[in-house]
This record gives sequence, structure tokens and C-alpha cells, in this order.
Amino acid sequence: MNFYGIKAIYNFEMSRMGRTLMQSVLSPVISTCLYFVVFGSAIGSRMGNIDNIEYGAYIIPGLVMLSLLMQSISNASFGIYMPKFSGTIYEVLSAPVSYVEVVLGYVGAAASKSVILGLIILATARLFVDYSVLHPVWMLSFLVLTAVTFSLFGFIIGIWADGFEKLQIVPMMIVTPLTFLGGTFYSIDMLPEIWQAISYFNPVVYLISGFRWAFYGVSDVHIGISVGMTLMFLLACMAGIWWIFKTGYRLRP
Amino acid sequence: MQPDISVKNLNKVYEGGFQALKNINLEIKRGEIFALLGPNGAGKTTMISIICGLANMSSGEVKAGGHDIVKDYRKARELIGLVPQELNTDAFETVWKAVSFSRGLFGKAPNPGHIEKVLRALSLWDKRNNRIMTLSGGMKRRLMIAKALSHEPQILFLDEPTAGVDVELRRDMWEMVRKLRENGVTIILTTHYIEEAEEMADRIGVIRQGEIILVEDKAQLMSKLGKKELRLQLQNRLEQIPGQLMLEPVELSEDGHELIYTFDSQQEQAGVARLLRTLGDLGIDYRDLRTRESSLEEIFVGLVHE
Repeated sequence: MNFYGIKAIYNFEMSRMGRTLMQSVLSPVISTCLYFVVFGSAIGSRMGNIDNIEYGAYIIPGLVMLSLLMQSISNASFGIYMPKFSGTIYEVLSAPVSYVEVVLGYVGAAASKSVILGLIILATARLFVDYSVLHPVWMLSFLVLTAVTFSLFGFIIGIWADGFEKLQIVPMMIVTPLTFLGGTFYSIDMLPEIWQAISYFNPVVYLISGFRWAFYGVSDVHIGISVGMTLMFLLACMAGIWWIFKTGYRLRP
Repeated sequence: MQPDISVKNLNKVYEGGFQALKNINLEIKRGEIFALLGPNGAGKTTMISIICGLANMSSGEVKAGGHDIVKDYRKARELIGLVPQELNTDAFETVWKAVSFSRGLFGKAPNPGHIEKVLRALSLWDKRNNRIMTLSGGMKRRLMIAKALSHEPQILFLDEPTAGVDVELRRDMWEMVRKLRENGVTIILTTHYIEEAEEMADRIGVIRQGEIILVEDKAQLMSKLGKKELRLQLQNRLEQIPGQLMLEPVELSEDGHELIYTFDSQQEQAGVARLLRTLGDLGIDYRDLRTRESSLEEIFVGLVHE
């Protein structure tokens, strides 16, 4: 194992976060605060409880997930796309690092950033809404698992993208709609039956539901199914990355 | 001694079907400076990219320091430092961080002393805390070299190291390359400047359309393929070449004041003496004579246009 190599990539990526503090930390925190103000305080006060949870508190897990998904994908995709774009990737390709080590460095850093950000958002939410966490260990595990899974997904997007447009298109066109339709702001039970059925094809439903269970002990789907689906997506991403490095797809001509 | 780089039956066919390398066989000895010459698009960079792990080969076998670059890539790559042709650098990192990053990436424990030595040798020490984007083109080039040297490689690839570099810096780099060789580093450089190969290389390989057409000791190459020219300034103008010299490779300049004798440098002894004797016998006097050896550039141009 080339630990120095992993550390070099990890530290490089983390220091990029330090340099772009505004963009990587402040902007997601601000936008989440806006959600809390609008949906939590302004509209939430006129909404009834869902599953006996105050609406402002009910949306917290979903909002944290929303940021976590977006940030994991954008951190990881940008992290690997930039060296490809600037050409500095040559150094990583010529170095004695295995692809597992490359992924540990890039994805590890992206996931760390997202987890840190998720915790900052949770802390910020406390300023607006009173909430409690029923299963803290599960909550943290879910946070880490989701961050890692979607950072892997972002890594794949970063390798696949050959322009800035493609880099943006998946998070904007796919992940945002899936998150909004994934039960961030409502319980799946509240939908007409046909939409409930369709919702179960949305992987984000399982993430949000599982994460909400960790907070309040209530969920749209069983926690076991949530964890299982997330793990399946994790494995799918790992398989994708394995294939990328095996074939040299968009990395080694 | 085992060669530092050994390339056997290397082929590279790109996805579109273009064959960039055709059955390359090459051995590069430990501690030598090997210059790879060839026109644009001949396959120089493709070959380096494959050896260094930037591109996959289609077939063949490459070993670095005895380690297969595919099966044993870790051990092979640890030995190799690469300075690519393009100035690919980060913009926001500092020089110090960028060079330290490279060392870590190659699995070496931090060694600020070594990084300092490298930066000083490349006159980058004063710039160590500057962001890379503030550096000039020449400094970025040196930074790329510093990154490649950060992990103390045994084999150094320099792909067009002095492209777009001013004369002074070019001299500095040549000096640096010589010092590295003295320390036992094997150096493979590609270049467009024949002058550079002539000045630096121990051996020269010429690649054309994906094929190695020649690998030769520089001195031998120069003597084998080099033509020498003897120019005699005549005392009196000649109307035509005398009959006794008709069989010799002799030309008369247009104004008739100069006789030009071209010969292979290997057979110079006999030919020149015979020519001068004949001239003496004919009573043709000359004021001055000078010889000139063809440069590597002329040899090279001759080879790639064959």
C-alpha cells in the first residue's frame, strides 16, 4: 500500500477545500438556511405535523441529504475532472499508486468534506428548529455511507465528463429532481398511490427515509431496505470504477 | 549489465486504427543519456507515455529496472521520473507544496532537505512560497523538472525539455542533465533540437512513422553517416575538372576558384592524400584548405527523408 501517495492526494484535495471555503462550505450552508427559513419557519408554522413530527424538524434529514448528495457529487467529480482538464493527471497516472489508492485519496477527501459540511448544516439547523437524534450512531453511519457512495458516483461522473457542461448536467438534471421527489419535504404516504409506486424506483427515497429514521424512528420504508439499497448503489459505483481503471476509460488511451 | 529500460515488440494501435508504434525494440543502458529523435507525430511521446504509464500498449513488453511495467508497475514506476512536453501545472498551489505532493505520490517519506536541494539546483528556491500561476514559462518548466526529481528517480524522461526555453535556461538544463548523469541517473530525452542531442547524448535513436530506424552510438553515427567535405581555395581559376580527377567525388565551384571534395569520414586518410598528390602532380596550387564534418542535423534530415 502506498500510504504516502494516498495521503498526498487526500491532503491536496482537502487543501483545495480550504482555498475555496466560500464555495465549498458557505454557499451550501446559506442555501440550506434559506430552506429552513422558508419551509421551516415561514411555511412550516402553518403546516400540520407529519408522523407526529413538527414540519420544520421533519424536513431536516431530507435537507441535509440534499446538500450531502450534491456536495459529494460535485466535490468528487470536480476533484478528478480538474487534473484531467489541466493535464496534471499525468503525474497520478505515472505514479506507483494503484487505482484503489487513487480512489481512496480522491473519494476519501470528497466524502470527508461532505460529512464535515453535513455536520455544519445540522448544527446550523439547530439555530432554526428544535430537533433530536434518536439513533446518533446510525445517523452518522448513514451520513458517512451516503457521502462515500455519492462521492464514488461523482468520481465516475468526473471521469466521464469531457466538458464543464457534462460535469454539471448530472447533478442538475438528475440528482436535484430525484432529491425533491424523494421525500425531502413530504412523506411518500402523502402521494397518490401511483406516485407512491413510482417513488420506490427513486434511490434517494431510501436514503432520506433511512436518514429520517435515524433521527425520529419513523420512515417510509424499513431501515433494512434503506441500508440495503444504499449498499447496492455503493457496490454498483465500485463496479463502475473498477471497470474504468481496468479499461483505462478516458484516463489511459 | 541489465538495461534500465527494455522494450520488446512494442505495438500501439489507437482506437481509430492508427498504428502509432510498430514493433519497437529498444534497450537503454544504465546511466546513459539517450536521445530519441524524430519528426512530429513519429511516436516519440506515445512511446514515453506507454513506458511511464500514461497510455496502454496494444502488445509487447516493457521493463524498467528489470520490472515489468504492467505486472510490476509499482516497482517500475518508482524508478521513473517524467517531465512531459506540455506545461501541465496546478495554478493555485505553491511551488513547495506542488513538489512535496509529487514526492508523496511516489510513495516516498517527506524529506524537506531533498526538496530544498532540488529547488535550489533549479533556481526555484526563492519562489518556493509563490503560487504556480505567478511563475514564468521557464520557471514552470523547471518546476516540472523539480516535481520529477522530487522522488529521486533512477530513470528520467525528458520529453522536449527545452521547447520554448531561452538560450540561457537551455544551457542550465544541459548542465543539470550532465550532473544527473554523473550521479548515475539514466536519461531519455526527446528533442527537436538536433544541437541538443549532439551536445548531450551518448546514444541516439531515430524514430520515423512509429518505427525505430536506427539506434547508434552518437560518435559512431556521426562517423558512419557523416560526410566530410574538403574545400580547396585555388591559386588560379580552373575552367573544368582535370581528367585525372574525373573519377574522384570532386566538384568545381561556379566561379572556378574552389574545388570541393566530399568523402566518407572513414576513408578520409587515403582519399585526401591521393587527391592532394594528384593536384601536386598536375601543378594545381591552392592557397587554403578547410574541412567540414556534416552535423547531426544533416544526418537526421537525410535519414527521415529517405
